[in-house]
Amino acid sequence: MSDLIHKSAAELADLLSTKQVSSEEVTTAFFDRSEKLNHKTFSYLHLNRETALAAAKKADQALAAGKIQSPLHGVPIAVKDVLVTQDAPTTAGSKILEGWMPQYDATVVKKLREAGLPILGKTNMDEFAMGSSTEYSAYGPSRNPWDLQRIPGGSGGGSSSAVAGRLAPLAIGSDTGGSIRYPAAVTGSVGTKPTYGAVSRYGVIALASSLDQIGPVTNTVLDAALLQDVISGHDSKDSTSLPNSLGSMADAVRNADFKGLRVGIVKQLSSDGFQAGVAERFQDTLSKLTANGVEIVEVDCPSFEYSVAAYYLILPAEASSNLAKYDSVRFGMRVLPEGNPTIERVMAATREAGFGPEVKRRIILGTYALSSGYYDAYYGSAQKVRTLIQQDLANAFAKVDVLLTPTAPTTAFKIGEKVNDPLAMYLNDIATIPANLAGIPGISVPNGLAKEDGLPSGVQILAPAMQDAKAYRVAALIENLYKAEWGGYLIDQAPDLEALNV
Amino acid sequence: MSEVTPDLVRHLASLARILVTEEEVQKLTGELSVIVDSVASVNKAVSGDVLPTSHPIPMSNVFREDVVLPSLTQAEALSAAPDSAEGRFKVPAILDEE
Repeated sequence: MSDLIHKSAAELADLLSTKQVSSEEVTTAFFDRSEKLNHKTFSYLHLNRETALAAAKKADQALAAGKIQSPLHGVPIAVKDVLVTQDAPTTAGSKILEGWMPQYDATVVKKLREAGLPILGKTNMDEFAMGSSTEYSAYGPSRNPWDLQRIPGGSGGGSSSAVAGRLAPLAIGSDTGGSIRYPAAVTGSVGTKPTYGAVSRYGVIALASSLDQIGPVTNTVLDAALLQDVISGHDSKDSTSLPNSLGSMADAVRNADFKGLRVGIVKQLSSDGFQAGVAERFQDTLSKLTANGVEIVEVDCPSFEYSVAAYYLILPAEASSNLAKYDSVRFGMRVLPEGNPTIERVMAATREAGFGPEVKRRIILGTYALSSGYYDAYYGSAQKVRTLIQQDLANAFAKVDVLLTPTAPTTAFKIGEKVNDPLAMYLNDIATIPANLAGIPGISVPNGLAKEDGLPSGVQILAPAMQDAKAYRVAALIENLYKAEWGGYLIDQAPDLEALNV
Repeated sequence: MSEVTPDLVRHLASLARILVTEEEVQKLTGELSVIVDSVASVNKAVSGDVLPTSHPIPMSNVFREDVVLPSLTQAEALSAAPDSAEGRFKVPAILDEE
Protein backbone atom coordinates (compact mmCIF):
# COMPACT_ATOMS: atom_id res chain seq x y z
CA MET A 1 0.00 0.00 0.00
CA SER A 2 2.40 2.69 -1.22
CA ASP A 3 -0.31 5.41 -1.04
CA LEU A 4 -0.08 5.19 2.76
CA ILE A 5 3.19 7.07 2.71
CA HIS A 6 1.50 10.11 1.15
CA LYS A 7 -1.02 10.48 3.96
CA SER A 8 -0.71 12.82 6.90
CA ALA A 9 -0.39 11.35 10.39
CA ALA A 10 -3.93 12.54 11.21
CA GLU A 11 -5.29 10.74 8.14
CA LEU A 12 -3.37 7.59 9.06
CA ALA A 13 -4.70 7.78 12.63
CA ASP A 14 -8.26 7.93 11.26
CA LEU A 15 -7.68 4.89 9.05
CA LEU A 16 -6.18 3.05 12.02
CA SER A 17 -8.91 3.88 14.52
CA THR A 18 -11.61 2.82 12.02
CA LYS A 19 -9.63 -0.39 11.36
CA GLN A 20 -9.26 0.26 7.63
CA VAL A 21 -5.57 -0.35 7.97
CA SER A 22 -3.31 -1.90 10.62
CA SER A 23 -0.33 -0.33 12.33
CA GLU A 24 1.73 -3.22 11.02
CA GLU A 25 0.80 -2.26 7.42
CA VAL A 26 1.54 1.43 7.99
CA THR A 27 4.79 0.77 9.83
CA THR A 28 5.90 -1.71 7.17
CA ALA A 29 5.14 0.78 4.38
CA PHE A 30 7.32 3.48 5.97
CA PHE A 31 9.99 1.02 7.02
CA ASP A 32 10.30 -0.47 3.53
CA ARG A 33 10.60 2.98 2.02
CA SER A 34 13.15 4.05 4.65
CA GLU A 35 15.27 0.99 4.05
CA LYS A 36 15.15 1.55 0.31
CA LEU A 37 15.81 5.31 0.27
CA ASN A 38 17.83 6.10 3.39
CA HIS A 39 21.05 5.93 1.36
CA LYS A 40 19.79 8.97 -0.57
CA THR A 41 18.80 11.27 2.30
CA PHE A 42 20.77 9.62 5.13
CA SER A 43 17.94 10.59 7.47
CA TYR A 44 18.47 7.67 9.84
CA LEU A 45 21.53 6.65 11.80
CA HIS A 46 19.76 3.53 12.99
CA LEU A 47 16.71 1.60 11.77
CA ASN A 48 15.28 -1.47 13.51
CA ARG A 49 12.51 -3.40 11.77
CA GLU A 50 12.15 -5.91 14.58
CA THR A 51 11.42 -3.40 17.36
CA ALA A 52 9.27 -1.21 15.08
CA LEU A 53 7.09 -4.11 13.99
CA ALA A 54 6.84 -5.52 17.51
CA ALA A 55 5.51 -2.13 18.66
CA ALA A 56 3.14 -1.99 15.66
CA LYS A 57 1.73 -5.43 16.49
CA LYS A 58 1.23 -4.36 20.09
CA ALA A 59 -0.63 -1.26 18.86
CA ASP A 60 -2.80 -3.48 16.64
CA GLN A 61 -3.61 -5.80 19.55
CA ALA A 62 -4.68 -2.82 21.63
CA LEU A 63 -6.86 -1.58 18.75
CA ALA A 64 -8.43 -5.00 18.38
CA ALA A 65 -9.27 -4.88 22.07
CA GLY A 66 -10.90 -1.48 21.55
CA LYS A 67 -8.12 0.49 23.26
CA ILE A 68 -6.99 3.66 21.53
CA GLN A 69 -4.04 4.95 23.55
CA SER A 70 -3.81 8.39 21.89
CA PRO A 71 -5.09 10.31 18.83
CA LEU A 72 -1.94 9.09 17.01
CA HIS A 73 -2.27 5.45 18.05
CA GLY A 74 -0.45 3.15 15.64
CA VAL A 75 1.22 5.92 13.58
CA PRO A 76 4.98 5.27 13.32
CA ILE A 77 7.52 7.95 14.21
CA ALA A 78 11.22 8.74 13.83
CA VAL A 79 13.15 10.00 16.86
CA LYS A 80 16.15 12.32 16.79
CA ASP A 81 19.24 10.57 18.11
CA VAL A 82 19.52 13.10 20.93
CA LEU A 83 16.83 11.24 22.93
CA VAL A 84 17.96 8.14 24.78
CA THR A 85 16.30 4.85 23.86
CA GLN A 86 16.74 1.62 25.74
CA ASP A 87 16.37 -0.56 22.65
CA ALA A 88 18.50 1.39 20.16
CA PRO A 89 22.01 2.85 20.22
CA THR A 90 22.08 6.58 20.97
CA THR A 91 24.95 8.73 19.71
CA ALA A 92 23.77 12.37 19.40
CA GLY A 93 25.70 12.30 16.12
CA SER A 94 29.02 11.93 17.95
CA LYS A 95 31.80 9.36 17.71
CA ILE A 96 32.33 9.65 21.44
CA LEU A 97 29.00 7.82 21.99
CA GLU A 98 29.26 5.36 19.10
CA GLY A 99 27.45 2.14 19.99
CA TRP A 100 26.20 3.41 23.37
CA MET A 101 23.10 1.53 24.56
CA PRO A 102 21.34 3.69 27.15
CA GLN A 103 19.92 1.98 30.23
CA TYR A 104 16.64 3.89 30.13
CA ASP A 105 14.14 5.70 27.89
CA ALA A 106 13.73 9.47 27.71
CA THR A 107 10.34 10.59 29.07
CA VAL A 108 9.26 11.62 25.56
CA VAL A 109 10.21 8.18 24.21
CA LYS A 110 8.27 6.55 27.05
CA LYS A 111 5.25 8.74 26.24
CA LEU A 112 5.45 7.78 22.55
CA ARG A 113 5.51 4.09 23.44
CA GLU A 114 2.58 4.50 25.86
CA ALA A 115 0.64 6.41 23.20
CA GLY A 116 1.04 3.48 20.78
CA LEU A 117 3.48 5.06 18.30
CA PRO A 118 5.98 2.53 16.90
CA ILE A 119 9.52 3.98 16.65
CA LEU A 120 11.03 3.44 13.19
CA GLY A 121 14.56 4.54 14.03
CA LYS A 122 16.92 7.26 15.23
CA THR A 123 17.58 10.26 13.02
CA ASN A 124 20.83 11.95 12.08
CA MET A 125 21.90 15.31 13.53
CA ASP A 126 24.83 17.66 13.86
CA GLU A 127 27.10 16.37 16.62
CA PHE A 128 25.45 17.14 19.99
CA ALA A 129 23.01 19.34 18.01
CA MET A 130 25.69 21.92 17.22
CA GLY A 131 25.07 23.08 13.67
CA SER A 132 22.42 24.02 11.16
CA SER A 133 23.11 21.62 8.29
CA THR A 134 23.92 18.11 9.70
CA GLU A 135 27.36 18.51 8.11
CA TYR A 136 28.82 18.33 11.62
CA SER A 137 27.37 14.86 12.19
CA ALA A 138 30.26 12.46 12.81
CA TYR A 139 28.45 9.99 10.55
CA GLY A 140 28.03 12.20 7.46
CA PRO A 141 25.43 14.73 6.30
CA SER A 142 21.74 14.15 5.66
CA ARG A 143 20.40 15.45 2.37
CA ASN A 144 17.40 17.58 1.43
CA PRO A 145 14.65 15.60 -0.35
CA TRP A 146 13.97 18.64 -2.58
CA ASP A 147 17.56 18.61 -3.88
CA LEU A 148 20.02 15.99 -2.66
CA GLN A 149 22.98 18.34 -3.18
CA ARG A 150 21.57 20.65 -0.52
CA ILE A 151 21.40 20.60 3.27
CA PRO A 152 18.13 19.62 5.04
CA GLY A 153 18.83 22.14 7.80
CA GLY A 154 20.18 21.33 11.21
CA SER A 155 20.72 20.24 13.71
CA GLY A 156 17.61 18.13 13.11
CA GLY A 157 18.18 17.48 9.42
CA GLY A 158 17.66 13.75 9.90
CA SER A 159 14.15 14.32 11.24
CA SER A 160 13.24 17.01 8.68
CA SER A 161 14.49 14.96 5.71
CA ALA A 162 12.75 11.83 7.04
CA VAL A 163 9.40 13.63 7.22
CA ALA A 164 9.79 15.67 4.01
CA GLY A 165 11.04 12.57 2.15
CA ARG A 166 8.14 10.55 3.58
CA LEU A 167 10.43 8.09 5.29
CA ALA A 168 8.31 8.76 8.40
CA PRO A 169 4.93 10.45 8.87
CA LEU A 170 6.13 12.12 12.10
CA ALA A 171 9.41 12.84 13.84
CA ILE A 172 10.74 14.28 17.08
CA GLY A 173 13.31 17.07 17.08
CA SER A 174 15.14 19.25 19.59
CA ASP A 175 15.44 23.02 19.26
CA THR A 176 18.15 24.99 21.08
CA GLY A 177 18.44 27.90 18.61
CA GLY A 178 16.27 26.74 15.70
CA SER A 179 17.15 23.07 15.20
CA ILE A 180 13.49 22.13 14.60
CA ARG A 181 12.22 25.29 12.86
CA TYR A 182 15.15 25.95 10.52
CA PRO A 183 15.16 22.39 9.07
CA ALA A 184 11.36 22.62 8.67
CA ALA A 185 11.68 25.85 6.67
CA VAL A 186 14.28 24.51 4.23
CA THR A 187 12.51 21.19 3.66
CA GLY A 188 8.95 22.52 3.24
CA SER A 189 7.75 20.83 6.42
CA VAL A 190 6.31 22.01 9.75
CA GLY A 191 8.33 22.30 12.95
CA THR A 192 7.47 23.54 16.44
CA LYS A 193 9.58 24.64 19.35
CA PRO A 194 7.11 24.59 22.27
CA THR A 195 7.35 26.91 25.27
CA TYR A 196 10.43 26.07 27.36
CA GLY A 197 9.43 23.39 29.84
CA ALA A 198 6.27 22.28 27.99
CA VAL A 199 7.93 18.99 27.01
CA SER A 200 10.16 17.01 29.37
CA ARG A 201 13.91 17.08 28.72
CA TYR A 202 14.54 13.99 30.89
CA GLY A 203 16.65 11.63 28.81
CA VAL A 204 17.50 14.27 26.24
CA ILE A 205 21.25 14.61 25.78
CA ALA A 206 21.77 18.20 26.93
CA LEU A 207 23.31 20.87 24.72
CA ALA A 208 22.39 24.12 26.48
CA SER A 209 19.99 23.37 29.31
CA SER A 210 18.39 26.82 29.55
CA LEU A 211 17.60 26.80 25.80
CA ASP A 212 16.87 23.17 24.81
CA GLN A 213 13.31 22.13 24.05
CA ILE A 214 11.82 19.05 22.38
CA GLY A 215 9.12 19.35 19.74
CA PRO A 216 7.29 17.92 16.72
CA VAL A 217 8.56 17.66 13.13
CA THR A 218 5.69 16.97 10.69
CA ASN A 219 4.20 17.73 7.28
CA THR A 220 1.03 19.43 8.53
CA VAL A 221 0.09 21.79 11.35
CA LEU A 222 -2.57 19.43 12.70
CA ASP A 223 -0.02 16.61 12.88
CA ALA A 224 2.35 18.87 14.84
CA ALA A 225 -0.46 19.82 17.23
CA LEU A 226 -1.50 16.19 17.77
CA LEU A 227 2.11 15.21 18.43
CA GLN A 228 2.72 18.09 20.84
CA ASP A 229 -0.40 16.99 22.75
CA VAL A 230 1.09 13.47 23.04
CA ILE A 231 4.58 14.47 24.22
CA SER A 232 3.87 17.48 26.47
CA GLY A 233 2.93 17.53 30.14
CA HIS A 234 4.55 17.79 33.53
CA ASP A 235 7.39 15.41 34.38
CA SER A 236 8.67 15.26 37.94
CA LYS A 237 12.02 14.00 36.56
CA ASP A 238 12.65 17.39 34.91
CA SER A 239 12.82 20.27 37.38
CA THR A 240 12.22 22.79 34.56
CA SER A 241 9.03 21.03 33.47
CA LEU A 242 5.99 23.32 33.55
CA PRO A 243 3.55 22.37 36.31
CA ASN A 244 0.39 23.07 34.31
CA SER A 245 -0.98 21.84 30.99
CA LEU A 246 -1.02 24.33 28.12
CA GLY A 247 -4.28 22.85 26.78
CA SER A 248 -4.99 21.04 23.53
CA MET A 249 -3.05 22.25 20.50
CA ALA A 250 -5.23 20.07 18.23
CA ASP A 251 -8.29 22.00 19.43
CA ALA A 252 -6.53 25.29 18.68
CA VAL A 253 -5.87 24.09 15.13
CA ARG A 254 -9.38 22.76 14.55
CA ASN A 255 -11.05 25.91 15.91
CA ALA A 256 -8.73 28.43 14.25
CA ASP A 257 -10.40 31.61 12.98
CA PHE A 258 -9.32 35.09 11.92
CA LYS A 259 -11.58 36.88 14.37
CA GLY A 260 -9.85 39.84 16.02
CA LEU A 261 -6.39 38.58 15.11
CA ARG A 262 -3.56 41.09 15.39
CA VAL A 263 -0.22 40.16 13.91
CA GLY A 264 3.11 41.91 14.41
CA ILE A 265 6.13 41.95 12.16
CA VAL A 266 9.50 42.64 13.72
CA LYS A 267 11.29 45.67 12.30
CA GLN A 268 14.64 43.96 12.85
CA LEU A 269 13.55 40.73 11.09
CA SER A 270 11.43 41.71 8.15
CA SER A 271 13.44 42.28 5.01
CA ASP A 272 17.12 43.20 5.44
CA GLY A 273 19.46 40.27 4.94
CA PHE A 274 16.82 37.89 3.64
CA GLN A 275 17.13 36.25 0.23
CA ALA A 276 14.84 38.06 -2.27
CA GLY A 277 12.64 35.02 -2.87
CA VAL A 278 12.27 34.43 0.87
CA ALA A 279 11.36 38.09 1.49
CA GLU A 280 8.86 37.91 -1.40
CA ARG A 281 7.21 34.79 0.10
CA PHE A 282 6.98 36.57 3.46
CA GLN A 283 5.24 39.58 1.86
CA ASP A 284 2.89 37.16 0.13
CA THR A 285 1.93 35.61 3.49
CA LEU A 286 1.29 39.07 4.95
CA SER A 287 -0.85 40.07 1.94
CA LYS A 288 -2.96 36.94 2.32
CA LEU A 289 -3.55 37.71 6.00
CA THR A 290 -4.41 41.35 5.27
CA ALA A 291 -6.88 40.20 2.61
CA ASN A 292 -8.63 38.24 5.36
CA GLY A 293 -9.00 41.24 7.60
CA VAL A 294 -5.98 40.61 9.80
CA GLU A 295 -4.41 43.78 11.19
CA ILE A 296 -0.65 43.86 10.72
CA VAL A 297 1.56 46.23 12.67
CA GLU A 298 5.31 46.68 12.83
CA VAL A 299 6.92 46.28 16.23
CA ASP A 300 10.39 47.33 17.32
CA CYS A 301 12.64 44.78 19.05
CA PRO A 302 15.98 46.62 19.17
CA SER A 303 17.72 43.98 21.31
CA PHE A 304 17.18 41.32 18.64
CA GLU A 305 20.26 42.82 17.00
CA TYR A 306 22.33 41.23 19.78
CA SER A 307 20.53 37.89 19.99
CA VAL A 308 23.01 35.89 17.88
CA ALA A 309 25.93 37.30 19.88
CA ALA A 310 24.27 36.55 23.21
CA TYR A 311 23.31 33.08 22.02
CA TYR A 312 26.86 32.20 20.97
CA LEU A 313 28.07 33.05 24.45
CA ILE A 314 25.30 31.40 26.46
CA LEU A 315 25.17 28.24 24.37
CA PRO A 316 28.92 27.46 24.39
CA ALA A 317 29.10 28.29 28.10
CA GLU A 318 26.34 25.84 28.98
CA ALA A 319 27.57 23.26 26.45
CA SER A 320 31.15 23.32 27.75
CA SER A 321 29.75 22.42 31.15
CA ASN A 322 27.21 19.82 29.91
CA LEU A 323 29.78 18.06 27.74
CA ALA A 324 32.22 17.62 30.62
CA LYS A 325 30.45 14.33 31.33
CA TYR A 326 32.12 12.71 28.31
CA ASP A 327 35.16 11.84 30.36
CA SER A 328 35.79 8.18 29.38
CA VAL A 329 34.65 6.86 32.75
CA ARG A 330 30.97 5.92 32.87
CA PHE A 331 30.04 5.47 29.22
CA GLY A 332 31.24 6.23 25.73
CA MET A 333 34.67 6.09 24.18
CA ARG A 334 37.98 5.69 26.05
CA VAL A 335 41.29 6.30 24.31
CA LEU A 336 44.39 5.13 26.15
CA PRO A 337 47.61 6.92 25.23
CA GLU A 338 50.77 4.81 25.38
CA GLY A 339 52.59 4.10 28.61
CA ASN A 340 50.85 4.41 31.97
CA PRO A 341 48.79 7.58 31.44
CA THR A 342 46.89 9.40 34.16
CA ILE A 343 43.12 9.80 33.92
CA GLU A 344 43.64 13.43 32.90
CA ARG A 345 45.66 12.40 29.85
CA VAL A 346 43.12 9.68 29.05
CA MET A 347 40.29 12.23 29.15
CA ALA A 348 42.14 14.67 26.93
CA ALA A 349 43.05 11.96 24.40
CA THR A 350 39.48 10.59 24.43
CA ARG A 351 37.90 14.00 23.90
CA GLU A 352 40.41 14.82 21.17
CA ALA A 353 39.48 11.64 19.29
CA GLY A 354 35.76 11.58 20.13
CA PHE A 355 34.69 15.18 19.46
CA GLY A 356 34.47 16.80 16.04
CA PRO A 357 35.79 20.28 15.16
CA GLU A 358 32.59 22.25 15.87
CA VAL A 359 32.15 20.65 19.28
CA LYS A 360 35.75 21.44 20.20
CA ARG A 361 35.31 25.02 18.98
CA ARG A 362 32.23 25.57 21.10
CA ILE A 363 33.62 23.89 24.23
CA ILE A 364 36.75 26.04 24.05
CA LEU A 365 34.69 29.17 23.33
CA GLY A 366 32.44 28.35 26.30
CA THR A 367 35.44 27.75 28.55
CA TYR A 368 36.70 31.19 27.51
CA ALA A 369 33.33 32.91 28.12
CA LEU A 370 33.18 31.46 31.63
CA SER A 371 36.78 32.10 32.64
CA SER A 372 37.49 34.58 35.38
CA GLY A 373 38.19 38.05 34.04
CA TYR A 374 35.93 37.50 31.02
CA TYR A 375 32.80 36.19 32.73
CA ASP A 376 31.16 39.58 33.36
CA ALA A 377 31.98 41.03 29.97
CA TYR A 378 30.76 38.00 28.01
CA TYR A 379 28.49 35.58 29.83
CA GLY A 380 27.14 38.23 32.23
CA SER A 381 26.34 40.68 29.42
CA ALA A 382 24.76 37.92 27.36
CA GLN A 383 22.41 37.09 30.20
CA LYS A 384 21.42 40.74 30.41
CA VAL A 385 20.71 40.77 26.67
CA ARG A 386 18.38 37.89 27.37
CA THR A 387 16.43 40.11 29.76
CA LEU A 388 16.26 42.90 27.16
CA ILE A 389 14.95 40.48 24.53
CA GLN A 390 12.24 39.32 26.92
CA GLN A 391 11.30 42.97 27.54
CA ASP A 392 11.17 43.68 23.79
CA LEU A 393 8.87 40.70 23.34
CA ALA A 394 6.66 41.68 26.27
CA ASN A 395 6.21 45.15 24.73
CA ALA A 396 5.44 43.60 21.35
CA PHE A 397 2.93 41.09 22.70
CA ALA A 398 1.12 43.90 24.49
CA LYS A 399 0.15 45.13 21.01
CA VAL A 400 -0.29 41.93 18.99
CA ASP A 401 -1.29 38.27 19.43
CA VAL A 402 1.63 36.77 17.52
CA LEU A 403 4.76 37.86 15.66
CA LEU A 404 5.69 36.68 12.18
CA THR A 405 9.16 36.50 10.67
CA PRO A 406 10.69 34.55 7.81
CA THR A 407 12.05 31.41 9.53
CA ALA A 408 15.36 31.34 7.69
CA PRO A 409 17.34 34.03 5.87
CA THR A 410 17.81 31.83 2.78
CA THR A 411 16.54 28.63 1.23
CA ALA A 412 18.63 25.45 1.62
CA PHE A 413 22.28 26.04 0.75
CA LYS A 414 24.57 23.52 -0.91
CA ILE A 415 26.40 20.90 1.12
CA GLY A 416 29.93 22.20 1.72
CA GLU A 417 29.07 25.85 1.10
CA LYS A 418 29.40 27.10 4.71
CA VAL A 419 31.11 24.24 6.50
CA ASN A 420 34.44 26.07 6.79
CA ASP A 421 32.91 29.37 7.89
CA PRO A 422 31.50 28.94 11.42
CA LEU A 423 30.22 32.50 11.64
CA ALA A 424 28.25 32.23 8.37
CA MET A 425 26.75 28.99 9.68
CA TYR A 426 25.71 30.69 12.93
CA LEU A 427 23.72 33.37 11.07
CA ASN A 428 21.26 30.81 9.67
CA ASP A 429 19.50 30.94 13.03
CA ILE A 430 19.15 34.72 13.23
CA ALA A 431 15.32 34.64 13.24
CA THR A 432 14.88 31.55 15.40
CA ILE A 433 17.29 32.28 18.27
CA PRO A 434 15.23 34.97 20.08
CA ALA A 435 12.50 32.40 20.91
CA ASN A 436 15.01 30.17 22.70
CA LEU A 437 16.56 33.05 24.62
CA ALA A 438 13.07 34.15 25.75
CA GLY A 439 11.58 30.67 26.23
CA ILE A 440 8.59 31.39 23.96
CA PRO A 441 6.99 29.00 21.42
CA GLY A 442 7.65 29.21 17.68
CA ILE A 443 6.32 27.30 14.67
CA SER A 444 7.65 27.26 11.13
CA VAL A 445 5.07 26.69 8.39
CA PRO A 446 5.82 26.41 4.64
CA ASN A 447 4.84 29.50 2.65
CA GLY A 448 5.90 28.50 -0.84
CA LEU A 449 8.92 28.17 -3.09
CA ALA A 450 11.42 30.99 -3.57
CA LYS A 451 11.16 32.24 -7.13
CA GLU A 452 14.91 32.28 -7.86
CA ASP A 453 15.65 28.66 -6.94
CA GLY A 454 12.31 26.86 -6.53
CA LEU A 455 13.23 25.75 -3.01
CA PRO A 456 10.96 25.83 0.07
CA SER A 457 10.61 28.86 2.30
CA GLY A 458 9.00 29.08 5.73
CA VAL A 459 7.23 31.64 7.88
CA GLN A 460 7.77 31.60 11.64
CA ILE A 461 4.97 32.32 14.10
CA LEU A 462 6.04 33.42 17.61
CA ALA A 463 3.63 33.59 20.54
CA PRO A 464 3.98 34.55 24.22
CA ALA A 465 5.26 31.92 26.66
CA MET A 466 2.63 29.28 27.56
CA GLN A 467 0.45 30.44 24.66
CA ASP A 468 1.50 27.78 22.18
CA ALA A 469 -2.17 27.46 21.19
CA LYS A 470 -2.03 30.96 19.70
CA ALA A 471 0.92 30.01 17.52
CA TYR A 472 -0.90 26.87 16.37
CA ARG A 473 -4.02 28.88 15.59
CA VAL A 474 -2.14 31.22 13.26
CA ALA A 475 -0.06 28.38 11.80
CA ALA A 476 -3.30 26.60 10.88
CA LEU A 477 -4.77 29.77 9.31
CA ILE A 478 -1.67 30.31 7.17
CA GLU A 479 -1.58 26.67 6.15
CA ASN A 480 -5.25 26.82 5.15
CA LEU A 481 -4.70 29.93 2.99
CA TYR A 482 -1.93 28.17 1.08
CA LYS A 483 -3.82 24.88 0.85
CA ALA A 484 -6.61 26.78 -0.88
CA GLU A 485 -4.09 28.24 -3.34
CA TRP A 486 -2.09 25.06 -4.01
CA GLY A 487 -4.86 22.47 -3.69
CA GLY A 488 -2.77 20.63 -1.07
CA TYR A 489 0.30 20.91 1.12
CA LEU A 490 3.64 22.29 -0.09
CA ILE A 491 5.20 18.88 0.53
CA ASP A 492 2.91 17.45 -2.18
CA GLN A 493 5.00 19.48 -4.66
CA ALA A 494 8.28 17.85 -3.58
CA PRO A 495 10.08 15.81 -6.25
CA ASP A 496 9.79 12.04 -6.29
CA LEU A 497 12.62 10.89 -4.04
CA GLU A 498 12.85 7.55 -5.87
CA ALA A 499 13.77 9.40 -9.06
CA LEU A 500 16.46 11.60 -7.45
CA ASN A 501 20.09 10.57 -7.37
CA VAL A 502 22.88 11.68 -5.06
CA MET B 1 40.32 43.51 18.84
CA SER B 2 40.29 40.00 20.15
CA GLU B 3 42.69 38.80 22.77
CA VAL B 4 42.67 35.23 21.49
CA THR B 5 46.26 34.05 21.18
CA PRO B 6 47.70 30.56 20.54
CA ASP B 7 48.78 30.42 24.20
CA LEU B 8 45.26 31.21 25.39
CA VAL B 9 43.82 28.49 23.12
CA ARG B 10 46.33 25.96 24.51
CA HIS B 11 45.38 26.95 28.05
CA LEU B 12 41.62 26.78 27.38
CA ALA B 13 41.95 23.40 25.65
CA SER B 14 43.84 22.04 28.61
CA LEU B 15 41.18 23.37 31.03
CA ALA B 16 38.53 21.70 28.85
CA ARG B 17 40.58 18.47 28.76
CA ILE B 18 40.91 18.38 25.00
CA LEU B 19 44.26 17.46 23.50
CA VAL B 20 45.00 19.77 20.57
CA THR B 21 47.66 19.56 17.89
CA GLU B 22 49.71 22.61 16.96
CA GLU B 23 47.80 22.75 13.68
CA GLU B 24 44.49 22.83 15.58
CA VAL B 25 45.80 25.58 17.89
CA GLN B 26 46.59 27.79 14.89
CA LYS B 27 43.23 27.10 13.24
CA LEU B 28 41.25 27.61 16.45
CA THR B 29 43.09 30.86 17.23
CA GLY B 30 41.93 32.32 13.92
CA GLU B 31 38.38 30.98 14.15
CA LEU B 32 37.85 31.95 17.78
CA SER B 33 39.23 35.46 17.15
CA VAL B 34 36.57 36.04 14.50
CA ILE B 35 33.81 34.60 16.69
CA VAL B 36 34.88 36.48 19.84
CA ASP B 37 35.12 39.79 17.95
CA SER B 38 31.60 39.18 16.70
CA VAL B 39 29.99 38.17 20.01
CA ALA B 40 31.78 40.91 21.97
CA SER B 41 29.02 43.28 20.76
CA VAL B 42 26.88 42.12 23.71
CA ASN B 43 28.83 44.66 25.76
CA LYS B 44 27.34 47.48 23.73
CA ALA B 45 23.80 46.21 24.16
CA VAL B 46 23.65 46.69 27.88
CA SER B 47 23.74 50.00 29.66
CA GLY B 48 22.50 50.81 33.13
CA ASP B 49 20.92 48.36 35.50
CA VAL B 50 19.63 45.28 33.78
CA LEU B 51 19.10 42.07 35.71
CA PRO B 52 20.60 38.97 34.10
CA THR B 53 18.29 36.14 32.99
CA SER B 54 19.68 32.66 33.48
CA HIS B 55 16.46 30.77 32.96
CA PRO B 56 13.68 31.75 30.51
CA ILE B 57 10.76 30.69 32.70
CA PRO B 58 11.56 31.57 36.32
CA MET B 59 10.95 28.75 38.78
CA SER B 60 12.30 28.22 42.23
CA ASN B 61 12.17 25.54 44.90
CA VAL B 62 10.91 22.79 42.64
CA PHE B 63 10.12 19.90 44.94
CA ARG B 64 8.58 16.49 44.55
CA GLU B 65 7.42 13.90 47.03
CA ASP B 66 10.33 11.95 48.48
CA VAL B 67 9.28 8.48 47.37
CA VAL B 68 11.44 5.51 46.54
CA LEU B 69 11.30 4.68 42.83
CA PRO B 70 13.04 1.93 40.88
CA SER B 71 16.55 2.89 39.80
CA LEU B 72 19.37 1.28 37.87
CA THR B 73 20.99 -1.80 39.35
CA GLN B 74 24.74 -1.73 39.85
CA ALA B 75 25.19 -4.02 36.84
CA GLU B 76 23.00 -1.77 34.66
CA ALA B 77 24.85 1.35 35.76
CA LEU B 78 28.16 -0.27 34.84
CA SER B 79 26.92 -1.81 31.58
CA ALA B 80 28.17 0.97 29.32
CA ALA B 81 31.41 1.72 31.16
CA PRO B 82 34.66 1.39 29.21
CA ASP B 83 36.12 -0.53 32.15
CA SER B 84 34.89 -1.78 35.51
CA ALA B 85 36.07 -4.00 38.33
CA GLU B 86 34.49 -5.31 41.54
CA GLY B 87 31.23 -3.56 40.83
CA ARG B 88 32.85 -0.15 40.31
CA PHE B 89 33.97 2.08 37.46
CA LYS B 90 37.67 1.47 36.80
CA VAL B 91 39.84 4.41 35.81
CA PRO B 92 43.51 4.70 34.92
CA ALA B 93 46.01 6.13 37.37
CA ILE B 94 44.81 9.26 39.16
CA LEU B 95 48.27 10.48 40.12
CA ASP B 96 51.46 10.66 38.14
CA GLU B 97 54.16 8.20 39.15
CA GLU B 98 56.73 10.94 39.58
